[in-house]
Amino acid sequence: MSYLAIKDLTVRLKNGVPLLRKVSLEVEAGEVRALVGESGAGKSMIGKAVLGILPRAARLTGGKILLDGEDLLTLPPKARRERIGAKAALIPQDPLTALNPSRRIGPQIIDRLVDILGWKRPKAEARALELLDEVHIQDPGRVMKSYPHELSGGMRQRILIASAFAAEPKLIIADEPTTALDVTVQKQILKLIREMQERHQTALLFVTHDLGVVSKVSQTLTVLYAGKVIEDTNVRAFFEAPAHAYSQALLAATPKYTDPDGSLMPVPESIITAVEQEVAAFDAQLNG
Amino acid sequence: MPFVRALLTRFATTLVTLLGAAIIVFVVIRIVPGNPIAMMLPPGATEADIDRLKTLYGLDKSIPEQFWIWLVNVLQGDFGTSITSRQPVFDLVTGRLPATLELSLMALVIAIALGGTAALTATLYRGTKVEGGIDVAGGVALSLPDFLWGLALILVLGVVWPIFHISGRVSPSLGFDFQSNFYLLEALVRLRFDVVLDLLGHMLLPAIALAIPLAAIILQLLKQSLKECMHDDYITLARTKGYSETSIITRDALPNAILPTLTLIGVQFTFLIGGTVIIERLFSYEGLGNMAIDAVINRDLPLIQGIVLVFALLFTLVNLLVDMTYAALNPRLRHA
Amino acid sequence: MPDARGQIRRLPGLRLWLSGGWLLLLVLAAIFAPMISPHDPLEQDLFAARLPPFWEQGADPAYLLGTDSLGRDLLSRMLYGARLALTVALVAGTLTCLVGATLGLIAGYYRGWADLVISRLVDIWMAFPPVLFAILLIAVLGTGLTSIIIAIVVIDWTRFSRVVRAEAMSQGAMDYVASAQVAGRSRLGIALAEILPNVLPTIVALLTLEMGIAVIVEAILSFVNLSISTDQPTWGGMIAEGRTSIYQAWWVLVFPLFALFLTVLSFSQLGEGLKDYFDPVLR
Repeated sequence: MSYLAIKDLTVRLKNGVPLLRKVSLEVEAGEVRALVGESGAGKSMIGKAVLGILPRAARLTGGKILLDGEDLLTLPPKARRERIGAKAALIPQDPLTALNPSRRIGPQIIDRLVDILGWKRPKAEARALELLDEVHIQDPGRVMKSYPHELSGGMRQRILIASAFAAEPKLIIADEPTTALDVTVQKQILKLIREMQERHQTALLFVTHDLGVVSKVSQTLTVLYAGKVIEDTNVRAFFEAPAHAYSQALLAATPKYTDPDGSLMPVPESIITAVEQEVAAFDAQLNG
Repeated sequence: MPFVRALLTRFATTLVTLLGAAIIVFVVIRIVPGNPIAMMLPPGATEADIDRLKTLYGLDKSIPEQFWIWLVNVLQGDFGTSITSRQPVFDLVTGRLPATLELSLMALVIAIALGGTAALTATLYRGTKVEGGIDVAGGVALSLPDFLWGLALILVLGVVWPIFHISGRVSPSLGFDFQSNFYLLEALVRLRFDVVLDLLGHMLLPAIALAIPLAAIILQLLKQSLKECMHDDYITLARTKGYSETSIITRDALPNAILPTLTLIGVQFTFLIGGTVIIERLFSYEGLGNMAIDAVINRDLPLIQGIVLVFALLFTLVNLLVDMTYAALNPRLRHA
Repeated sequence: MPDARGQIRRLPGLRLWLSGGWLLLLVLAAIFAPMISPHDPLEQDLFAARLPPFWEQGADPAYLLGTDSLGRDLLSRMLYGARLALTVALVAGTLTCLVGATLGLIAGYYRGWADLVISRLVDIWMAFPPVLFAILLIAVLGTGLTSIIIAIVVIDWTRFSRVVRAEAMSQGAMDYVASAQVAGRSRLGIALAEILPNVLPTIVALLTLEMGIAVIVEAILSFVNLSISTDQPTWGGMIAEGRTSIYQAWWVLVFPLFALFLTVLSFSQLGEGLKDYFDPVLR
């Protein structure tokens, strides 16, 4: 039984323009699945839909989201919020803006434990120290008392990772967690996320536009184009022989770590046209 | 030490402002037509009597001379003697100041509570008719001055539904013997809640009248800052943690949105204090402003001079306090 | 977006029409007061004292809105009161605007010692409670229409000069001013031809607001009995009279208060509307 199962998820803008077109995907317990696509493909939107943080302009118009076997969309709002808070967590994209500038680090790590899960404060604080240690932060006691602006971007992303694991969630959604960081820090953070995921045996939905990262973190991946699932496969099979023409082109457009200066092929015009036609046909079928 | 230097500069300009205010009032009230001395004496007083009193109050000297004497005396804590009541100006002013302070602070608290609640509610229901309604109410509240709100309150809550008193500061029939001039504070400390209730019954209408325009200003600015904060990433993250919209607004957005509003409240508070002059008159509330109007009507020069100085002092003090609070709060958030 | 915000955006048109309509009504009332007033506003009739308005029991149809404690007709007093209110609004508002905007433009564009002096004066002015200042000035100048207008100009010029100074400063830093200077325009020419037109929308919006404020200041001065001679009918004077007889004759207070509410609200809504209208970003 998969821990997260999304079935036929459709999200539209208020004016009806579809952002996600009947997306289905599953993440097994303890599995790492990458969600890949160009910007605008709707990959972040899936994570937002699961976590209940869709932008105001977007609306969920169909489908099911099963978290731990329970359909989130049928729950009353409060129960849904608290279920998500207890069982899932987000590692956000930009560590510089994702911490509240006017609150100290400690309370930001443990707030959900105390307020939502009802832990006693000393126990939660002990847990926060332990977590900060796990993400290799020196002097966690001092960091707990710091304000975000006193810490570097890399430090803040470590804190956000620690915070995501605080409630021992069984699903983590990482939304391009390294995009906003320096290249040197990126690798460390990627390694850290992987390390934490293995230690805590959480399912991880890793949203990225960077195929180069995918092979380093995940076992399975889903390729998205214009809010539609193009390919759903495992990483080994994908890198050996992508099934879909668009996936092949996308792979060809990705710089190799072995050859970073190698020539890059942009996704050819003809393939874009083909995949656009495919999406249009799908829409026609959807509406008809 | 740029901070210390800025503070010293600020202090110097404050002194210049105070001195300027004192000079202007001093000159203005000495060209007032109408002889205050003549008004004091019974009809039939001789020229000699008038001259004698003029000498007594120092009114026979030139204006710069009078100002110098007044300034030296003020610096020694002597504000002169009231012409009408023949009591020391200092005693009269300090006797009335607590009433005005209590009224202003009560109005400030009401304005913050009212404006803050409205801003939070509008943010919670942003994009709905509730927000629209609050916006319209805020617009009307802002357009009309405290004087008109005071009159409307007198009509509605004083006459149509006579819930509150519409004149005075305390019911004389209460027979409560106050030891200080901070009536409300004293009644609270002495745990005489019947007296507290009576004081509030007198104070609430003028305080609300003073508070309404400020509440509308707080509403507008705080709502704008809150709505800007609601787009921030840490708000989104708090949502995934399981918090309700209400607690996200009050716990995560409010601390980040409040600083500009705090500065504004400081500046606007001086306007509110200025408003007490006519509001106290309207509600026959025995404060400094009401006394000031009487002093002008009676041409009581030393008293006018003293009251204006106290108001100017109060205003500049509030501004100084705001600047210092801002400097103290800002460094932490400036880096963010 | 088809939500509540859309409806609110549509409101300004309505607001402008309503406030414009009320002000037009006032202008007509002021002009034609002698013709349409059913009574002499000063005529006392102690036998007809404190008559209620027409819909109340015991009203006299000859006195549509009732009478005050001296038996003077409220409707006639309201109509004549509109004359004074509008005169003060127009004259005091415009003069305040001229004085304040000129000083603000000088301070903001010429900077230097002029700015230093003007800014310091503004600081000093801000240290006075405006109502007390106005009362003090009336005590100096004596009562009367001219005194009221002078008092309003003297206490309120800072409202314009503060805003105009800031605007002129930010406009003065713009590239188009620099290029005008390079082109050899005189400083006065630039101030009038380049800066002023850009600051004008703000000034116009402030001017309408100021007219509302002027009406209030006059009412406040009348209320403390320092406006013009007591036998001339003013809304503020009627309010003062109504305040004292509030338990016996509420209507004496209600009508002038209502008129003041609408007038001040109309001026400020007109100002808001003009601000939006002139704002090139919103337009």
